[in-house]
Amino acid sequence: MKWFANLLRYHRPLWMLGIGCLLCCASTGLAQKDKSAESTESPLYGPLAQAPRKARARTNPFEGNAQEAEAGGKLFEQHCVECHGTKAGGTKHGPSLLQENVQQATPGAVFWVITNGVVRRGMPVWSKLPEEQRWQIVTFVKSLTAHPVGSTENH
Amino acid sequence: MSARMFSGFLGARLPAFARHSLRPLALVFFFLALSFRSSLAQESPYFVTYDHYLEEPGNLEVEYFSTFGTQRVGNDFHAFWLEFEYGATAWWTSELYLDGQTTFGDSTVFTGFRLENRFRLLQREHFINPVLYVEYEQISDADKILKEVEGHDVEADFAEPNSSLRAAHSHELELKLLLSSTFKGWNVAVNPIATKNLLPSEPWEFGYALGISHPLALKASPKHCAFCRENFIAGVEMYGGLGDVQSPGLHDTSHYIAPAIAWNLPSDWTLRLSSGFGLNDNSHRFLLRWGVSREFSGFRDLVRNWFGGRS
Repeated sequence: MKWFANLLRYHRPLWMLGIGCLLCCASTGLAQKDKSAESTESPLYGPLAQAPRKARARTNPFEGNAQEAEAGGKLFEQHCVECHGTKAGGTKHGPSLLQENVQQATPGAVFWVITNGVVRRGMPVWSKLPEEQRWQIVTFVKSLTAHPVGSTENH
Repeated sequence: MSARMFSGFLGARLPAFARHSLRPLALVFFFLALSFRSSLAQESPYFVTYDHYLEEPGNLEVEYFSTFGTQRVGNDFHAFWLEFEYGATAWWTSELYLDGQTTFGDSTVFTGFRLENRFRLLQREHFINPVLYVEYEQISDADKILKEVEGHDVEADFAEPNSSLRAAHSHELELKLLLSSTFKGWNVAVNPIATKNLLPSEPWEFGYALGISHPLALKASPKHCAFCRENFIAGVEMYGGLGDVQSPGLHDTSHYIAPAIAWNLPSDWTLRLSSGFGLNDNSHRFLLRWGVSREFSGFRDLVRNWFGGRS
């Protein structure tokens, strides 16, 4: 344990920085926990409304294209069902995509949420998928039948 | 097929050093494959460079990587590491590495472990996305995985026999700033590296890793296929040392360039291959790397269920 003694003795700024980082992470984690508790009361679909106007106005290059919707369905199965459910009806990890909030949102807003994720609430960013594949997913999501607010399949 | 039969089958056709390294790997993969549902990974081809994408929350990715390196003075080597990558949250990924190596004509040794954490600093996507990388390493000088090159690391460091190299242990803190950008399918990643051996006499060392990659097709095809072009991502990475605080610069440093390719299979596995070439006389002439990984979705839920918690 000589190295540890040396660390404490000679590297005070270093280990203080380490402790600072740990405290910072812990407090961020706690803040995250508080926010998630808070989020049960706030709408799950808020991020769609946060999309900038320019992003919301973007048009889907594959709109109405059945083949692209099918490809989007494959991508959805590979990357999205874990949280949004096999029929996009939602799970405990992610909201239903059949709700009117999603179905009535512009394709650009849905694309924006897929690209940026909702990192605070656990949805990762999906910009690692090429833009074309994200539009294919939007095409698939928009091809689903809308359900009225409050009803889900998998809940 | 039982786990024992599986690992026996895998080991029977391999030389002893490979059996030692692959048998535990086979068991780990086999049990995990039985226990978890899976999801298709979209892995980059990089071996050294990091982009800004973290593991999905609650998922576990198990990865095995191998590096074969030539050595002008001393014996060639095969270094390997097992990596467990866990998505703690959408902004925090944690990893454990277990390293080992076989030096031909010498011995096979376990060379240490690494604990790594990556923190996404910004909530949304930007043109350049920063991620903070913090790693603690407890490794011996016999470690040859070349996961990063820093300071005045040179080929001659690897020429000593394992018996003397493994006697020296170091405890290191490694910091990286992962800067990455994706535009029209192209990913460009830049990783400046700073490493400190925790002994007071050792200076901060610096290094870099750069990477660029692109999928072979941007659109997905509607059918499920293993050989669809969108399943392949090709790239090039470059990495090397930049000296240390006492003598910064490119003198007595080694540098590599390495074309690489990743194949994301629909059966939830990813295969990676890279051939690295030394760019100066201090570098190994040739490094052949390959890796296999599998992502397991719902790892956190399953563990919670095992311990009777709420999932």
